[in-house]
Amino acid sequence: MKTKEPCRVAFPRFGNYHIPLEFLFTKGLGVEYITPPPSTKKTLEIGSKYSPDYVCSPFKFNLGNYIEAIEAGANTLVQTGGTCRLGYYGELHEQILKDLGYDVKFVNMSKANYRNPLTFYNEFKKVNPNLNLAKVSSALLTMLKMVECIDNVDDYVRQNVGFEVHDGEMEKIHEAYLEALKQVETKKDVIKTTKTYMKKLKDVKTKKPKKLIRVGIVGEYYTIMEPFSNHFIEKELAKKGIVIYRWMNVTNSILHYDGKEQKKVIKNYVKYYMGATSMSTVYKTLEWAKAGFDGIVHVKSFGCTPEIDAMPVLQKISADYKIPILYFSFDSQTSETGIQTRLEAFYDMIMMRKEKRK
Amino acid sequence: MKKAYLGIDIGSISTKAVIIDEKNKILASEYLWTEGNPMEAVKKVLRSLEPQFKKKTYQIVSVGTTGSARKLIGAMVGASVVKNEITAHAIGTTSLYPDVRTILEIGGQDSKIILIEDGVVVDYAMNTLCAAGTGSFLSSQARRLGVEVEEFGKIALKSKKPTNIAARCTVFAESDLVHKAQIGHRKEDIIAGLCKAVVTNYLNNVGKGKKIVAPVVFQGGVSKNIGVTKAFEEATGCDVIVDPNSHLMGALGVAILARKSKKEKEFSFNITDMEFKTIGIECQKCANHCEIICVYKNNQMIDSWGNRCENGAIPIKNKEA
Repeated sequence: MKTKEPCRVAFPRFGNYHIPLEFLFTKGLGVEYITPPPSTKKTLEIGSKYSPDYVCSPFKFNLGNYIEAIEAGANTLVQTGGTCRLGYYGELHEQILKDLGYDVKFVNMSKANYRNPLTFYNEFKKVNPNLNLAKVSSALLTMLKMVECIDNVDDYVRQNVGFEVHDGEMEKIHEAYLEALKQVETKKDVIKTTKTYMKKLKDVKTKKPKKLIRVGIVGEYYTIMEPFSNHFIEKELAKKGIVIYRWMNVTNSILHYDGKEQKKVIKNYVKYYMGATSMSTVYKTLEWAKAGFDGIVHVKSFGCTPEIDAMPVLQKISADYKIPILYFSFDSQTSETGIQTRLEAFYDMIMMRKEKRK
Repeated sequence: MKKAYLGIDIGSISTKAVIIDEKNKILASEYLWTEGNPMEAVKKVLRSLEPQFKKKTYQIVSVGTTGSARKLIGAMVGASVVKNEITAHAIGTTSLYPDVRTILEIGGQDSKIILIEDGVVVDYAMNTLCAAGTGSFLSSQARRLGVEVEEFGKIALKSKKPTNIAARCTVFAESDLVHKAQIGHRKEDIIAGLCKAVVTNYLNNVGKGKKIVAPVVFQGGVSKNIGVTKAFEEATGCDVIVDPNSHLMGALGVAILARKSKKEKEFSFNITDMEFKTIGIECQKCANHCEIICVYKNNQMIDSWGNRCENGAIPIKNKEA
């Protein structure tokens, strides 16, 4: 890469987190941030074409995002670490992009520790050697608040969107909120903007039945949080008039993660640490089963080992608490009809069970 | 005039239909191959059903569709109920066997297990990535062995020592089968082994983690194969019930759902004379390029689907094809 060229950073698309990421890189590190275009079929096609066939689909999405970001002008790519195959993504992505002839800088954060934000400092220095620690810290704090707020608003929408009187109202406000977040300067702004839009969301007319159907979604990190990769499963379920619960987000899994508590709660089902998101999957499934939820939907990318390991445990919880669990495994090609059939049948089943219990 | 209800189950391999009266009694039924053309198959089914029942006594007032082409055919016949095949099968079977606890279903391209308690579905699973435990696998192997698939069951029963055939996937099973045939295994043993392989594959993939409790009902096209039924009985240790109409359960179920829907609209057989066609469009409004299917009846668009967002919606307003 030409050394004189200013840094234009990109990170793979992942839920709505590109907004806080943009804030951190532009305001904190003082570099330009290129948001990869939203993931589409084309993204997946490009990603699959240059990925090993058997790798999990998030890898393919990420690679597609990188290439599309490079086409949009990015010259510095960032990848994160993780406690499953994700930990090796960075090196492989870098090698593939190099082999394809892309002249880009690759910053692999797999050495940084999410529980200790300071470790990111060394990695950030690779992006911009003239870092200002005070500036980075302040931007980081604002960014973390932003993540929390985004997750909060997301939760509210997920639990209410199925009941709005006029279809599409919440989605519009939600989109406007995310746009507004792109304009904020300080932590205060973040809080204020969130308050304003939360009020707007709460003002949307909804009509909820007395007996609510509650379904919890659990599963692998990327697939559960990137709606395109799970065929917008939350939206599909919510449309049927279901309250959707999802614990898995950046706030809960990183910022306020409590592994000890999880291990305690699930000790009758899990003895040893099982890696990546599997512990949280079991933890939330058990909690929601105990809370009398109507069903659980488990999503993962095809071949995701930690989540495959969690499945027998979920089957046991399903039998113990008589809670139906629907399992989805998404790959680069999945028929829409098959997903619809299973979701519809799941909904029918929940409704029939509910009728019967009356 | 008495009321009657039509249920059509359009699978990838076969198309099934029944007409029932208000007491769920089957007045007419048909089963034939879809042959990759669901619209034509449905026309054929309807032409065959028409003379089977007393049109002077009964009027079809509601239609239900299920199976993988349910949406397309639902639009074509003006169905009041379009239902997934899992629910349809469960409804159909429980109407005949109210005490059933486990439904094993193997069709042409998919297979499922449905668990029932007190007449209500409590759990189900469907095969996802593998076709080894399905009817089309048996058909292709029958062709390889030069045997009619309809004869499979009877031949399998003759075997005293079924050959072991790898059941993990069709490709493995097929090469295993070829190998065993070449080293001299008898044909009936190989066929019995195949039936066992289908059951093993089904129980490992679809039935994985599910408790099979009697009464067990086995249905779908493959249930006509007595060799597979026997293999199921051996593997599960339960008696396996196969209804004479085991291939019609989905159609029956969706006919019952049409009756229960109370949405009534007189159905006319003259749609068999109408011209139906579909046109696929690739939406160019964003990089998703959704494939939108438009359905036309006598050159008028009656429905469209496939778009993920509102941008791709095609308004229905008497568009000429």
